[in-house]
Amino acid sequence: PGDTSVLAGLYGPAEAKVSKELPDRAALEVLLRPKVGLPGVLERSREQLLRQTCEAVVLGVLHPRTAISLVLQVLSDAGSLLSCCLNAACMALLDAGLPLATLFCGVTCALQPDGTILLDPTAQQEQEARAILTFAIASSERKVLMATTKGSCSVEEMQQCLAAAQRAANTIFQFYRDSVRRRYSK
Amino acid sequence: RTVEPLEYYRRFLKENCRPDGRELGEFRTTTVNIGKCLCSITTADGSALVKLGNTTVICGVKAELAAPAVDSANKGYIVPNVELPSLCAERFRSGPPGEEAQAASQFIADVIENSQMIVKEDLCIANGKLAWVLYCDIICLDYDGNLLDASVFALLAALKNVQLPLVMINEETGLSEVNLKQKNPLIIRKHPVATSFAIFDDTLLIVDPTAEEEDLATGTVTIVTDEEGRLCSVHKPGGSPLTGAKLQDCITRAITRQKEVKKLIDKVIKSITPK
Repeated sequence: PGDTSVLAGLYGPAEAKVSKELPDRAALEVLLRPKVGLPGVLERSREQLLRQTCEAVVLGVLHPRTAISLVLQVLSDAGSLLSCCLNAACMALLDAGLPLATLFCGVTCALQPDGTILLDPTAQQEQEARAILTFAIASSERKVLMATTKGSCSVEEMQQCLAAAQRAANTIFQFYRDSVRRRYSK
Repeated sequence: RTVEPLEYYRRFLKENCRPDGRELGEFRTTTVNIGKCLCSITTADGSALVKLGNTTVICGVKAELAAPAVDSANKGYIVPNVELPSLCAERFRSGPPGEEAQAASQFIADVIENSQMIVKEDLCIANGKLAWVLYCDIICLDYDGNLLDASVFALLAALKNVQLPLVMINEETGLSEVNLKQKNPLIIRKHPVATSFAIFDDTLLIVDPTAEEEDLATGTVTIVTDEEGRLCSVHKPGGSPLTGAKLQDCITRAITRQKEVKKLIDKVIKSITPK
């Protein structure tokens, strides 16, 4: 959303290396490449978040002993990077035609110092915010698939952000539908 | 148990308990050793050993002097590093830190930052010239699940144990003088405590999972709270979806746990202070 853009490339299900293959399901790998510099500890933890989120939705048991690789390249970062990555990942999974249990979308909420909730903050707003919460919301029943917070907030504030994120998820899923429709209507 | 671990577990979960006899909401016995006398690291400025059942984590804090960064001249640094050496569990190979260790290091760094446990301005000695750098090395000695809880606990205990010598800058020479005889404890503002849950079959939540339970679980949630009941971090890396209500249950349990842990730390610190 906005100026943040992430390019996602999905490869798979493909032949997996013997050391990496799992006997009963597909092995998912996520690589996140920052715009500048080499991937560091921050990218690693984000990769882990993305990987476990994708593992929960991709029906890996249908493709045992294969490898699915997801490569994300950050083109520009103007705030809400993690949810942009989440959305890109989901669309890539959709585009590749992999069997998914549910769709998901990423929403970032910034909690301003005065208590107002801002959705999809820009880099400037993220800096000023007291806390930033990122959620991955599943399309079935709007359950929380992934949650991560930066900064501290009270429990009620978290619940409010979660509710706001769930509402925003509807808009994003509509966008998914429109994009897919456009792609396949040619 | 070896052939059908999931079925074995399901039978226990139906009765609302676990193979090691615990309730779903019960933690393993937590023991903590702080300080040079009880703990093994004598070269570190602060150290703590935490045992959460079988999971053993040791944390050593070393304080060094460095020049602060140009853009934040009044801030020191805290550098956490989590290591999972191959001796702690058979699935970790030796070599560069794996994804789990790096993700854990990032998590600890985030907790320190989010909870404002140590305010970086407190670590500054002279604006723009000298500041403390705290290297926190967290090493897992035995991995039986719930690494994040034990690491946060060990870090907190070790930091409470750190004594920083007084450093003065000699005006004429511009060099620093370290006064080893006068030591002040570190100012710790908040006491964050992590509580981890494992999700089974999209519905059941169990607290403090062992390594076996973590493998069988369909997802994990870690919640870090401080003493005011504020959420410092909610970490749910994927796994089965949870409703908001379930998340709320986890948070309430985490707040109770936070109070227990805080009492434990205070008790241990009081028992070693006279020395």
